[in-house]
Amino acid sequence: MNYQLNWSILWSGQTGGWLLNGLLTTLEISSLAWLLALTLGNVAGALRTAPIPPFRWLASAYVEFFRNVPLLVWMFFWYFGMPPLLPQALQDWLLDHGAEFWAGVCALGVYHGARFSEVIRSGIQSIPKTQFEAAHSTGLTVWQTYRLIIVPIALRLIIPPATNETLNLIKNSSVALTIGVAELTFQTRQIETYTAKAFEALAAGTVVYLVLCLAISTLMAVVERRVAIPGMIAQGNASEF
Amino acid sequence: MDFQVIFNNFRFLILQGFFGFGTFAGGTLRLALPAIVLGFILGTFIGLARLARSRWIHWPARIYVEFFRGVPLVMVIFWFWFIIPALTGKSLPEYAVALTAFVIFEAAYLAEIVRAGIQSVPRGQIEAATATGLSRAQLMRHVVLPQALRNMIPALVTQFIVLLKDTSLASIIGYVDLTKAAQIVNNREIRPFELYLFIALIYWLCSYGMSRYTRRWENRLSPSPS
Repeated sequence: MNYQLNWSILWSGQTGGWLLNGLLTTLEISSLAWLLALTLGNVAGALRTAPIPPFRWLASAYVEFFRNVPLLVWMFFWYFGMPPLLPQALQDWLLDHGAEFWAGVCALGVYHGARFSEVIRSGIQSIPKTQFEAAHSTGLTVWQTYRLIIVPIALRLIIPPATNETLNLIKNSSVALTIGVAELTFQTRQIETYTAKAFEALAAGTVVYLVLCLAISTLMAVVERRVAIPGMIAQGNASEF
Repeated sequence: MDFQVIFNNFRFLILQGFFGFGTFAGGTLRLALPAIVLGFILGTFIGLARLARSRWIHWPARIYVEFFRGVPLVMVIFWFWFIIPALTGKSLPEYAVALTAFVIFEAAYLAEIVRAGIQSVPRGQIEAATATGLSRAQLMRHVVLPQALRNMIPALVTQFIVLLKDTSLASIIGYVDLTKAAQIVNNREIRPFELYLFIALIYWLCSYGMSRYTRRWENRLSPSPS
């Protein structure tokens, strides 16, 4: 083994800036995808427990189709397969505004939306049935019951599994490098190619991911304690990722 | 839209891409099956180590699990892809790199399943086995592990589904699995919508089929209606 470690490649020249840019892109694509995933997941998760069968079927079809196919395939599908079917004006706009980034957001968001919905569904199903009945008897409609009572409680109950899914989403954002999004793993590879120092570059990227995941799970553990509903036992804890 | 491209390349996509018979050393199943078996063996040791009394054994196991669960799989694949040649001076074929990466990465997740399975065995079983004079190793082998394995099966199948989907990432380093096979065909035919939709369906059939199967199994195993 004749490999010379040289850690200074990480801060000399442009490499430090690349890493930082990669981290920012990872955060950017993850947060946009997270918002999309949470929206889709909330809607689909709530619909899957709804008393109206066609809504349940629609939501189940979405969830079962999207979460059972690899994310990488979705990346290719949204990036290569989808744009030719869009109107010309939108295609042109996408070409000028980083099509790969938006395809990445769609792929991550729609895929994780399906997974989030399972988390939210189990949260809703863990709420005692009497809550629904009580809400009904006070004269709330189904929509009001969900919006005012069920979903707010469910969101507070599901913080640990939702944190887990969030961390999965961040880690999965690395798959976007396959369609050319310059996120953290992409930049790590670029540093490797540029300096031929594989060990240092990969170690730096790995440490950034670990710190990011640890920071989020610590933060969410604090949030969980803050918003815990007295009398409802939170299951598990957010410290595992 | 023209689905003729699927029929023309059906043999290549399925035989080469999915099963791994053909000119390339590839195949989704040829990677996923050994990876789950070897990963389970390694995962069993790590899961047992996490339950060991000595902190010199359970701490390293814990660090292993937490480390690999905090890092993206893509990163781990690159680690093996770049580090093995840098350390040994020889480059390994894609299949060996991908298999090593998957076994080591999956072992972290499988270790947690093994640990949960072992912890699900009732305490009375362990006390009864100790009372009959079994040693700790005998107790594990004859009493705890057989029961734990039964409890683990649904979680193991779920993990296999995850693994099967994750093997698509091996295409990044050039391993010819189903995803790479579709890419190869697409480079020639330029039919991305049809091709990626088709392989999405193949993955979907496998993983949805298996998840339906586990759900039935789970219902049969757990006596409590939840």
